[in-house]
Amino acid sequence: MFRKKLMYLNRRAPYGTIYAAEGLEVVLIGAAFDQDVCMAFVGDGVYQLKAGQDTSGLGLKSFSPAYRALGDYDVTRLYVERESLEERGLDAGDLMPLTWEDEDDDWAEKSSIHVVDRAELTRLIDAQDVVFNF
Amino acid sequence: MALQINGKTLDTDEEGYLANLSDWEPEVAQVMAESDECDLTDNHWEVINFLRSYYEEYQIAPAVRVLTKAIGKKLGKDKGNSKYLYQLYPYGPAKQACRYAGLPKPTGCV
Repeated sequence: MFRKKLMYLNRRAPYGTIYAAEGLEVVLIGAAFDQDVCMAFVGDGVYQLKAGQDTSGLGLKSFSPAYRALGDYDVTRLYVERESLEERGLDAGDLMPLTWEDEDDDWAEKSSIHVVDRAELTRLIDAQDVVFNF
Repeated sequence: MALQINGKTLDTDEEGYLANLSDWEPEVAQVMAESDECDLTDNHWEVINFLRSYYEEYQIAPAVRVLTKAIGKKLGKDKGNSKYLYQLYPYGPAKQACRYAGLPKPTGCV
């Protein structure tokens, strides 16, 4: 079967709007269709992956732990734009560690997070069949 | 819809899933199983308890494919397959067991 290349492009901070939570839900639901899926995080979207989030003051359920399930759903490529991190005083060390287990490599644990620069991300976006924008 | 447990009334959604996760107690699973004419064995409870700890960790109810793989890793290959899980939960292992476990309907079950 022809597998489409799908990218879920996340541009917004995790709380304050429903985009990030709904976008993640769509990724998890869409994972059932066995397509070639990746996610990208640009602009305030990089905050979605920031470690140590506490939503208790917001009265909202934290959905950060759900990102850790992405590997189980075979979503194993999360591209984070380097410039967006730098513009916000962040680097890869500020992000949640997210991993997946490679069944073809004796279940070796590998990082799902790939920090890429803007030019590389542009190429990746260009290479997709479909880009979902959240 | 609602469920009567130990003199309390617990709200459920239109498909019978608990409205409030914190309402869950083991009797919830018993009462739901009785109305499905399903006898809960230790093997059933193993899946229910697995789902509850999965939800605790990831805050989502796993899709059936993910559940099957994760059970296989945790409890062994003889349990991590569709045949075994469908024997326990003929209405769909993720959907039915998540309901008994007090979880929402699985994310990614279509």
